[in-house]
Amino acid sequence: MTDKAPLHELPLFEVFIRSKNGLHHRHVGSLHAADAEMALTAARDVYTRRSEGVSIWVVRTKDITASSPEDRGPFFDPNEDKMYRHPTFYDLPDEVGHM
Amino acid sequence: MAEETATAAVLVRKEPDREVLEEAFQVKVDAETRIEPKDWMPDAYRKNLIRQMSQHAHSEVVGMLPEGNWLTRAPSLKRKAILMAKIQDEGGHGLYLYSAAETLGITRDQMYDQLLDGSAKYSSIFNYPTLNWADIGAIGWLVDGAAITNQIALCRCSYGPYARAMVKICKEESFHQRQGYDIMMVMAEGTAEQRRMAQDALNRWWWPALMMFGPHDAESAHTSQSMKWKIKRSSNDELRQKFIDATVPQAEYLGLTIPDDQLAWNAAEGKYDWGEIDWDEFRNVVNGNGLCNRERLETRRKAHEGGQWVREAALAYAEKRQQRAASAPEKKEI
Repeated sequence: MTDKAPLHELPLFEVFIRSKNGLHHRHVGSLHAADAEMALTAARDVYTRRSEGVSIWVVRTKDITASSPEDRGPFFDPNEDKMYRHPTFYDLPDEVGHM
Repeated sequence: MAEETATAAVLVRKEPDREVLEEAFQVKVDAETRIEPKDWMPDAYRKNLIRQMSQHAHSEVVGMLPEGNWLTRAPSLKRKAILMAKIQDEGGHGLYLYSAAETLGITRDQMYDQLLDGSAKYSSIFNYPTLNWADIGAIGWLVDGAAITNQIALCRCSYGPYARAMVKICKEESFHQRQGYDIMMVMAEGTAEQRRMAQDALNRWWWPALMMFGPHDAESAHTSQSMKWKIKRSSNDELRQKFIDATVPQAEYLGLTIPDDQLAWNAAEGKYDWGEIDWDEFRNVVNGNGLCNRERLETRRKAHEGGQWVREAALAYAEKRQQRAASAPEKKEI
């Protein structure tokens, strides 16, 4: 044993795949890799064995900032009472036709 | 006095909190709202899932070994390419499941350690040897068939990451079962010797495949709580029966005989009656005394330790490149 600090696990990456042009990238899962380049190669092997994608993003998991579920209420609350943002808030007479 | 009352108030407030949380959790589960990684969940739910998911992941990974035995001996290039693709899928499935389990707070290394030190189990079916080429057919048809029956039920599991991994896995497993049945069809239509091999494989894999569904419901330690939490959606016995009912006609089509002399169609109940599993054998293999338990773990250990220098080199290389990039004069990208 050397006195070097024990090597850590390979870093975790989140994988996003665009299944075809015209669609968003979607989160499909995660994997461990030494760096982003190797993460890309591994993501291709793990998540696109049956042509599931035309483009892959990988992001270090620790670089993602997420809202927390405990704040779900207060965080999203301001939108709850603004019904006037929805088209159905407005009653228009039938004569106006489709709008 | 005032201080005492304050402490008591805190205690009183804390106690119901937990109950309230657990109740709210159960309401969510009952309403079929998926539980996601950062949501509050009871410790026992988390533990139960980690146990089940890591065990599932280990099964996928160890499951590559019995099939690997035939990679160099597959009878044709086509079969070799198919078997390679199937084994690669199993490795991928292990990865989806490990990743999903990691969202619960356990690390990949912890899970590997638990597998290698024997504290985590994997499906006992993989402790049986693959003796002839028809075994590869029987594994795809029966072992993957049983796994699919289980996994389809898990696609509706209450834990989001597990359910999503299952959906992806189920899509891929269908090819596994069909390629297995395809091997069995060729063998069953072949020479007398090939038919004998196909029957021999069915004889050896049938009962272990039924054991994959676990103990009877009455004996199953985790079933009732798992059902309440909707981790499991169907019981062991229900799934086993479903598998038998689907598989018996497939064996008939092949002209092979299922090794159970009590097997008979029960018209009144619309299902097959069947014999009894040898539970002593089941327990024996679970407890580490199957034909290949030691060999499987030894192979995994060697592969894991043998890959250590690769992981270290990859990390060292990544680190070096990062340092180089940091010390290099900044390049403007356009």
